[in-house]
Amino acid sequence: MNGYRYLAGIVTGSVSLLKGMRVTFANMVSRPHTVQWPRQTAPLPARFRGHIRMLADEETGFPRCFACGSCARICPSACITVQGRKPGDRKKKVAVRFLLDFTKCSLCGLCVESCPARALAFSRDYALAGYRDTEFRTMDLLEGLASPFQF
Amino acid sequence: MSAPPTYSLESTDNGNFLLNLGPQHPGTHGVLRVVLQMDGEYILAADPVLGYGHRMQEKIAENMTYLQALPYVCRMDYLGAMSYSLAWVCAVEKLCSFEVPERAVHVRVMACELNRIASHLLWWGAYLLDLGAFTPFLQAFADREQILDLLEYITGSRLTYCYFRFGGLAADVDDVFLRRVEDFVTGFRQRLPRYHDLVTGNVIFHHRSKDVGVILPFEAAGYGVTGPCLRGSGFAYDVRKCEPYSGYDRFEFAVPAEQEGDCLARYNVRMAEMEQSLAIIEQAVATIPDGPYRARVPRVIRPPAGEVAMAVETPRGELVIFMVSDGSTRPCRVKFRVPSFANLSIFARLARGQLLADALAILGSLDMVIPEVDR
Repeated sequence: MNGYRYLAGIVTGSVSLLKGMRVTFANMVSRPHTVQWPRQTAPLPARFRGHIRMLADEETGFPRCFACGSCARICPSACITVQGRKPGDRKKKVAVRFLLDFTKCSLCGLCVESCPARALAFSRDYALAGYRDTEFRTMDLLEGLASPFQF
Repeated sequence: MSAPPTYSLESTDNGNFLLNLGPQHPGTHGVLRVVLQMDGEYILAADPVLGYGHRMQEKIAENMTYLQALPYVCRMDYLGAMSYSLAWVCAVEKLCSFEVPERAVHVRVMACELNRIASHLLWWGAYLLDLGAFTPFLQAFADREQILDLLEYITGSRLTYCYFRFGGLAADVDDVFLRRVEDFVTGFRQRLPRYHDLVTGNVIFHHRSKDVGVILPFEAAGYGVTGPCLRGSGFAYDVRKCEPYSGYDRFEFAVPAEQEGDCLARYNVRMAEMEQSLAIIEQAVATIPDGPYRARVPRVIRPPAGEVAMAVETPRGELVIFMVSDGSTRPCRVKFRVPSFANLSIFARLARGQLLADALAILGSLDMVIPEVDR
């Protein structure tokens, strides 16, 4: 009886191994799930949360931010520094300094949600690398945008 | 428990020796260290040493507004982050008596169950990796990838979602997402038998997991073990069923339980749970109503003074958030009762007298996330 159980165990065990190997071999002829990065990239969804970036006003080209500071207040990691000034002819302030400490940012997106001017958006840049940590410690989001102030 | 004074491999008088399992051992799935007192290949005593990843999450949450603490809770259990967000927002909603729109409730359930399947899939792959099989890991990740893509589509993030808000969601879902979820459910149903072919019936897997690490029912209750580990020991206890929250009472699902209490029973419970999660997702997609996805709540959350306890079934077990409000914008006291911590407490008992290789099988079957233990 024991000998029979032993043999039956070997047979069912071998069948289970073959069943498993069938799954493995079926995979050999299926399409790969991966892409050949960096030659190919996986598609990014529209809501992808990268680091934040500043949007420009369509008319003036100045940053949309009027330095109310609600993003800096809501940020759990306190990684946003924002300062603004009033240009002489306008009522609203315009940001003159908008620094992001990306080393602290946890990409939660609360700043984008809290912005009353809809001035912030998520960047689609995910392959970030640099030589110095200062490149990410003080990221200047106003870079490349026009400014109403002449220096 | 305090760590033994010496950590070296030097032998003690009676020929026993101490062995460090971790904190960099891949089998502990994180920075967990277990000091093992060994007699040859057998474990005499196991002593888990915690705290390498302690981040004072409770204290951090007490120094932030309710909304600011929301991204932090996801970082505790990064594999079941949706359930953690859900627990946090539900606790605050309970405290403030906010109503949540129907549509948001459905999406929340959908997202949490997708996240549960993703977490179980990762456990499935990693557990078999612990036992020495590499193929299942890749199989599981191929399917998990689809879930992460789905969740990334609605939340914009792949692990730490931060998608729920007090009174609803951060953003609405569209029909494209719902169709893709439906496709995933049908597709994954067809792929599940492959998982069983590959592993469940496998003779080597049976030898490694059957009658290994048996948690007796009274022990499970005594140690406060929850989740699939408790259900593997014969208790069909699931917070979703026993104390329904966030609309789980609207969906039909079974609570799978096994009697044996060994690693194989815990495995079977998790496999059956994935099927139940698929059923819940299917119902949520079929019955999702139109309407607002977010209720109008005050911009500044200032709950009335009082306290609240919110229990949620995460993929690993019962999470309870206890919160005391003093009427200000910050919580006065927050306490997280995390499932992994309680489940780890029984490991010392289970590992005693086992082979070292079996101890790793037991540790894997408890499905722990170490940042959640340390928090």
